[in-house]
Amino acid sequence: MHEMALAESILTTLQEQARQHDYARVRTVWLEIGPLASVEEESLRFSFDVVVKGTLADGARLEIETSPAQAWCLSCCKSVAVVRRFDACPECGGHQLQMTSGDELRIKELEVD
Amino acid sequence: MDFGAGPARAHAPGLSQTRMVQIEQDILAKNNAYAAANRACFDAAGILALNVVSSPGSGKTTLLVATIELLKTQVPVAVIEGDQQTSNDAERIRATGVPALQINTGKGCHLDAHMVGHAVETLRPADGAVLFVENVGNLVCPAAFDLGEAHRVVVLSVTEGEDKPLKYPDMFASANLMLLSKVDLLPHVDFDAKACVANARKVNPRIKVIEVSAKTGAGMAAWIAWLQAARTLAFPSGEVAAATR
Repeated sequence: MHEMALAESILTTLQEQARQHDYARVRTVWLEIGPLASVEEESLRFSFDVVVKGTLADGARLEIETSPAQAWCLSCCKSVAVVRRFDACPECGGHQLQMTSGDELRIKELEVD
Repeated sequence: MDFGAGPARAHAPGLSQTRMVQIEQDILAKNNAYAAANRACFDAAGILALNVVSSPGSGKTTLLVATIELLKTQVPVAVIEGDQQTSNDAERIRATGVPALQINTGKGCHLDAHMVGHAVETLRPADGAVLFVENVGNLVCPAAFDLGEAHRVVVLSVTEGEDKPLKYPDMFASANLMLLSKVDLLPHVDFDAKACVANARKVNPRIKVIEVSAKTGAGMAAWIAWLQAARTLAFPSGEVAAATR
C-alpha cells in the first residue's frame, strides 16, 4: 500500500525538476527498481496513474528497469547473484551474505517537452 | 541539445519537442532528507531514537509500557505512537507518566520521517531521552521509510509463525534487534524459537535477539541493558551527561 506514497514522491520530484529543467509536460519516466525494494510494480503503476491525474505528468508512461540483486558472500569473499533476501550463497550454500544491491528505488531519466 | 531529434524529427518553431532529462534521483530522497534532519536533531540532544516495528497484535504497546516502568527511573523517556486511527495507545503510554504523542496516519500504512519530525517538535523529548517511535503495525510498508532512528527494533511474538522473518524479509533485514515477545506462552504454543532465530539470521546475519515477556518480566533486564548499551555507544558518557544537564 505504500506504493501510493512512492507515487506521490515521484510526482513531487517531477514537479521540482520541471522548474529546474524548464519543461511543461512529462511523457515518460524511467525508474530503476531493485527486486528487493519491496515495491509491487502493478500497484506502483496504478498509484502513479491516479496520482498524476490533472498534473504535468498526466498520462505519462512508466518504464521500470530491474537488475538482479547482488550480495557479498563473507565465506567465499565474492559477489554473487541472489533472488531473495534469505537465499543461500549459490556457491557455498551459506547464509553469511550481505546484500550489496537490489533495493534501488531511483528515478533515472525523463522524457519531457 | 538537438531540437531536431524529437519525435517530429524536425525543428519547427513554436512546436514543442520532447527531450530527455537525466535526473538519477532516489524516489525516497525526500523522506531520507527528513530522516537525516531528524537524526541530526536527535544527535545534538543526546536522544536515542528507536523505531519499533511489528505486525498488529504482537504486544508492542504492552511491551513498551513494561519497558517504560523499568526505564523511566534511569533516563527520560518519550513515545511517539503511530496508528491508523484512535489515540488509545498514547493514552496507555501516558498512564505510565511519560509524555506520548499519537500520530494518526489516516489512510497511510506507515510513519514517514516528515510526520516524526513534526511530532518531535510538538512532543519535545528531554535531552538525553530514549525516544520510542511505535510504528503502525505492519511488517511491509514501514520497512522502506527511515525515520532518523538510531536502531530499528522488530517485535515478533511467539503466537505468530516462526517463518515470519522469511515471509517479511525486508523488515527483518533492516532491523538491528529482534525482540521475541510473549515467551511466557511458549509452553502453550507450537512455536520453535530456535527455528525462528535461524530464519531471522538467514535474512540478517547480524540481527541481535532478546527473548522477553512483559507479563513475567523474563528477559526485560537484558532488553533494558541493551538500551543502556545502545545509549552509551551512541553518546559516550560525557556527551550524555552534557546533553542531560
